[in-house]
Amino acid sequence: MRIDVKKTYKLFIGGEFPRSESGRSYEVYDAKGNFLANPALASRKDLRDAVVSSRGAAEKWEKTSAFNRSQILYRVAEVMQGRAEQFVSEIIAQEGLTKSQAKKQVEKAIDLWVWYSGWCDKIATIYGATNPVSGSFYNFTIPEPLGVVGVFAGGKDSLLDLVHGIAPVLAGGNVAITLANQNFPLSAITLSEVFATSDLPAGVVNVLTGKHSELASWVASHMDIDGIDGSGLDSQVYESVRLAGTDNLKRIKKFSSTQSPERILAFMESKTVWHPIGI
Amino acid sequence: MLSTRSIKTASKLWAIDTAISMIDLTTLEGADTPGKVISICAKAIRPDPTNLEVPHVGAVCVYNDMVKVARQFLDSSGGEQIPVAAVSTAFPSGRASIEVKQRDTEDAIANGATEIDMVIDRGAFLSGNLSKVLTEIVCIKEICGDRAHLKVILETGELVTYDNVRKASFLAMAAGADFIKTSTGKVQPAATPAVVLVMLEAVRDYYQLTGKKIGVKPAGGIRTTKDAIKQLVLVNETAGPEWLNPELFRIGASALLNDLLMQRMKMKSGQYSGRNYVSLD
Amino acid sequence: MNFEYSPAPESIAIVDIKPEYNLFIGGKFVPSKGGKRFESINPANEEVLSHITQGTSADVDRAVKAATEAYKKIWSKMSGAERGKYLFRIARILQERAREFAVLESMDNGKPIRETRDTDIPLAAAHFFYHAGWADKLEYAGVGEKPKPHGVVGQIIPWNFPLLMLAWKVAPALATGNTVVLKPAETTSLTALLFAEVCQQAELPSGVVNIVTGDGKTGELIVNHPGVNKIAFTGSTEVGKLIARSVVGTKKALTLELGGKGANIIFEDAPIDETVEGVINGIYFNQGHVCCAGSRLLVQENIKEELLEKLKRRMSMIRVGDPLDKNTDLGAINSRAQLTKIRELADSGEAEGAQRWSPECSLPNKGFWFPPTFFTSVSQAHRIAREEIFGPVLSVITFRTPSEAIEKANNTPYGLSAGIWTDKGSRILWTAQRLKAGVVWANTFNKFDPASPFGGYKESGWGREGGRHGLAAYLRGEH
Repeated sequence: MRIDVKKTYKLFIGGEFPRSESGRSYEVYDAKGNFLANPALASRKDLRDAVVSSRGAAEKWEKTSAFNRSQILYRVAEVMQGRAEQFVSEIIAQEGLTKSQAKKQVEKAIDLWVWYSGWCDKIATIYGATNPVSGSFYNFTIPEPLGVVGVFAGGKDSLLDLVHGIAPVLAGGNVAITLANQNFPLSAITLSEVFATSDLPAGVVNVLTGKHSELASWVASHMDIDGIDGSGLDSQVYESVRLAGTDNLKRIKKFSSTQSPERILAFMESKTVWHPIGI
Repeated sequence: MLSTRSIKTASKLWAIDTAISMIDLTTLEGADTPGKVISICAKAIRPDPTNLEVPHVGAVCVYNDMVKVARQFLDSSGGEQIPVAAVSTAFPSGRASIEVKQRDTEDAIANGATEIDMVIDRGAFLSGNLSKVLTEIVCIKEICGDRAHLKVILETGELVTYDNVRKASFLAMAAGADFIKTSTGKVQPAATPAVVLVMLEAVRDYYQLTGKKIGVKPAGGIRTTKDAIKQLVLVNETAGPEWLNPELFRIGASALLNDLLMQRMKMKSGQYSGRNYVSLD
Repeated sequence: MNFEYSPAPESIAIVDIKPEYNLFIGGKFVPSKGGKRFESINPANEEVLSHITQGTSADVDRAVKAATEAYKKIWSKMSGAERGKYLFRIARILQERAREFAVLESMDNGKPIRETRDTDIPLAAAHFFYHAGWADKLEYAGVGEKPKPHGVVGQIIPWNFPLLMLAWKVAPALATGNTVVLKPAETTSLTALLFAEVCQQAELPSGVVNIVTGDGKTGELIVNHPGVNKIAFTGSTEVGKLIARSVVGTKKALTLELGGKGANIIFEDAPIDETVEGVINGIYFNQGHVCCAGSRLLVQENIKEELLEKLKRRMSMIRVGDPLDKNTDLGAINSRAQLTKIRELADSGEAEGAQRWSPECSLPNKGFWFPPTFFTSVSQAHRIAREEIFGPVLSVITFRTPSEAIEKANNTPYGLSAGIWTDKGSRILWTAQRLKAGVVWANTFNKFDPASPFGGYKESGWGREGGRHGLAAYLRGEH
């Protein structure tokens, strides 16, 4: 008889898989109440490390051409597909779904990722503009990424809701610090492994597992985070995040599970450039 | 910088008289006759025959073959102090050999011109042959020597860009121009405020570099007192007040003079004047 | 030599300023319920122009009720095409009464008549004209096929461009079918109150636009009123954050146009005379009371001396004085409080070791005045390099390489505007791409247009005003 080799579930920061610097972990149970895993319980120090890593990656990711970003994100979907079985079994364990339900969620998640990956080089076409100002000027407006966006994943579909949060942020050229769904962290950790083995540059997505209630206020008040997708937060915590986020006027939004370019634009700024026309 | 200014009433009278004294009263038509030239010479001496306070104009500007007629009339009618400017060097196109241009200039000076308004070779300038442009100006300047002031016409309407205007201004100044002049009056656009501004900036910068003051002459399109005063404001705020005299600023015009005279009458009498109260030429 | 500019004052006979003003609620001027009056003065001579009403809680309540009723009964039911016609009417009346507005704005604000005449008023009319044409095309605004207005919009505007900021706010709100409760700044209420008359002349349905005057306390009442569905604010970042906090826990939408510390970057190959004009326009336009002013001059070190020489020469041509004089380039500082703030910051510049320069110019004895000023030897750490002065004060900072220019330009919590001066097209685009600013002017500065979105990155605000992007902020809907 062979003993299974069990996986250690860790954080994902700067392309590496560290344990929490605090040494803490927490227990996660499956849908039937059996012990499932001991994922890392990220601390605010882990968050600070993640922000440093994200800020460095943000400059690089923003400068990567939209076409290239699109290809890299599509590559993520390819690797997700390769790991479909693993996602399915983790979803079954975490959420208690049937195999076909779990498979359906994984397929939806991959397709959603593909959908957003295609937006990278279209968002500026659709939501940018050339503005016919009076006077002899060429004037155009383009959407640009904010920089670093905190994504609180939640919802009932552990993988799909994660993609709803992360993919639009990346498609807009932002980098994401993902706060995994605290009850269903396994999908987030496996997705980290997908990121690590696709062409996504280190730090473009950092994933922290742990407790939203513990980390939310630190994410909200961190002056080097530019935006927050608080879709996974309960409304009381979300409002407190809104309040703390005003210190640097973070762009803070919350969505139902919508598939829309609105989710990309929520974390973009419009830049308008003027130049005289003359000889 | 091109913003509007109002000037004091006393200053306005001064500005009108200054503008009159800066005018190169011009006739440059194929149909010019001795009669026409004599007529503008008379007006140059006494712009307003009913009011002798009005100063004479800066110069009379004519084609080469009319220089002698103009000079003789001015000398015999109390206009000795008024220079005759000749448009030489195959004006207005400049499309002739340097020998012809030199001969043209010699001829004008021999007949009494003390100001030469030469054109640059815009074809050479636009094809990048700046040395030809420079050499021609140097050649004509040599002929002028101490005998005549050299005004170099850039024909800014054909140079088109402000960069070209600035470049040509410096080229002309470096080659020995005493004045740089916008236009022949035969090409549109001519002396737009923006072009004059660029040229005033050029003479200002050239003065700071070399200590030499070069004059500026806008020509073409300045028809009203308002236009003229706008030009003086530009001079005042760009090159500086020391440029506000006929030695360093001239306006090439014909119709402008009558408008200045009518405005002057209005300021004196309080009534608006009419076109029959100023002479036609 | 006898060539002097003469005062060419615009006649004030055209304006009819009443000794006191009531509030404009439900289409009528009505007295306040319990509100006191305060003086509105001409900052150029400190003369009292009129007495303005301090709107109370009861007044704001009445205004929101009037706006709600107008929204429900009339404005939300009217077709976009019909709404648009009202905006066209307003645009035309503003054009017809342009001179009157220009003179009044100059008297109330202290800004030169040349600017109110050539910029503020024509642009305000243009904003109504532009948005009028949007009113029946909202399905093309990029927020889905059936965009909806928010309802009642509370708008709080600043004193630097009183009527123009009103137009930036009111025109898109009305075009999209919202109704408005607007509060002008307490030092500059007069053109907003004259605009109320324009609404009457245009026969705009009662309650669609309500104007409640007062200070920050009145503004707070509007922000916190439960009947208001959206807030649009232009003003300081400090107040913007307070507003952002106070809408937490509500469903109110919020857009903010806040402060800035714009970098005007001059590369070595910039066309120098044009650049000098651009620098002047960037910081001395409107007395520097411009949130997007180019208040930090980032000049490449090897051309600093040449640029400063030319700048000094040009600055000595700036005519400071009577705002109503058509020759005036730089008018009065809007209020004593603002003058105190400018002085305090300028003094801090000297205290921290920067060198101050102003041309010789005589300032009037009465009123609030500050000469055009620049500081050299400014470091990134100085207060005058970091804080918004909102006055005619320029901080000159040098850089050696393009990357250093970008780093310094972006090294601020603000992100509203920036300027680039260079002859090289690829460098313009390289620089524009890297600047974290909502509006980038290349080889020009301080240009505005209703078709051009305006607004900031980072702590300079939320959302845009102008263009399709600005319009979308007044609509709800799916993208």
